[in-house]
Amino acid sequence: MKQGFDGRDIISIKDLTKADIEHIINVSKEMLPIARGEKKSGLLNGKILATLFFEPSTRTRLSFESAMNRLGGNVVGFATSKATSAEKGETLADTIKMADAYSDVIVLRHPNEGAARLASGFSSKPVINAGDGAGQHPTQTLLDLFTVKTEKKRIKGNNIVLVGDLKYGRTVHSLTYALAMFNATLTFVAPETLQMPKEILSHLKEKGIEFRQSSSLENVIPDADVLYVTRIQKERFPDPEEYAKVAGTYRVDLGMLSKAKKDMIIMHPLPRVDEIAPEVDKTRHALYFKQAFNGVPVRMALLSLVLGTVK
Amino acid sequence: MKELKVQPIKDGTVIDHITAGSALKVLNILGISKNPTATVSILMNVKSEKEGKKDIVKIENRELNPKEVDKVALIASNATINIIRNYSVKQKHKVSLPDTIKGIVRCANPNCISNLKEPVEPAFRVVSKNPIKLRCYYCEREMEDVAGNII
Repeated sequence: MKQGFDGRDIISIKDLTKADIEHIINVSKEMLPIARGEKKSGLLNGKILATLFFEPSTRTRLSFESAMNRLGGNVVGFATSKATSAEKGETLADTIKMADAYSDVIVLRHPNEGAARLASGFSSKPVINAGDGAGQHPTQTLLDLFTVKTEKKRIKGNNIVLVGDLKYGRTVHSLTYALAMFNATLTFVAPETLQMPKEILSHLKEKGIEFRQSSSLENVIPDADVLYVTRIQKERFPDPEEYAKVAGTYRVDLGMLSKAKKDMIIMHPLPRVDEIAPEVDKTRHALYFKQAFNGVPVRMALLSLVLGTVK
Repeated sequence: MKELKVQPIKDGTVIDHITAGSALKVLNILGISKNPTATVSILMNVKSEKEGKKDIVKIENRELNPKEVDKVALIASNATINIIRNYSVKQKHKVSLPDTIKGIVRCANPNCISNLKEPVEPAFRVVSKNPIKLRCYYCEREMEDVAGNII
């Protein structure tokens, strides 16, 4: 049975079907002129979004707030857990009950895995997961899919190269699950110690998805349609020496792009450190800032869908 | 000299074929150790033809609901539940894992929200019964070391 979006929580990409994702992408497309400020909208007039950010975030929080404001709604919330009751030892469950009473929809970022799932159990209003520790970040995956779809016209059939920290990166895990639903061809580039976890690879095998693994970025660039670069996260390494060994393994610069297809696009969830040289920003391949902008129309679509103002 | 041994029980429940050394954990899982109203006998490392050694638990004057006992399969997959009435076995049931587990095992991920001071019980979906693999309802991580994480 098809599940509608009105009142629904968005916790994990695995909760969504392919049809759900296609619908979100279509609604996001309609939101583009409003997201750019070319068209005014009062779609969410009188609605209140609570943004509960227990962990710092720039893009996710600002794009959710921008999305809500562009649609005529209002935002309450906090951007750090300092100066909140959580500092005094309040449980997340209690904080959520309070936000539930003050708002119509809740967006939550939290340092602990499973926080958004827990929150959904204590809120009568829809909860959208904006990142739970090393767990899920479904709205990032949705905006990544929206970016591939709008730039490449379709997701299926593209050779998508994922490079960087594939072991710990939550973004690449959710994205891989989603790309598998759309039958994209996948290439994983990482140092051996940071390759894609086995359980994800066996999921791909089960689904019959074509994929390959490599440790050389140069070799796979010529036939890439999308190059999805991620940062190797220093905070994941207990030993600084281990980090030093793999940091800077992959750096995309102009020289490396000389053999790339003309219409190959480079994506990155940002922030970047030095895995993409600034000289790449001016090339036609660089799509990461547009990708970050796409967070606005996609989050507009999600807010309107879960609030029931768009079916 | 008077010989002391565990007698057959008249009415109640016998949990047989428990993996040797796990009897106390079984009582913990069933919550019997917390509320000892019935007389409970525990036999550990009993000789068994099938398993070599096994544990047995006998609970007098209390009939356990076989479904309730299924969670014992988490640590003793071969256990059987015998309901005894007037010294004879009235019902026999081999445990089998339910599809969801709640409040018995904690999540192995220390950063999982269910391990914090929140008013929730840890909850899992059983994704594989042999070998046992549980997926946390909250953090979605899969866990194989079940025995080591029993609360």
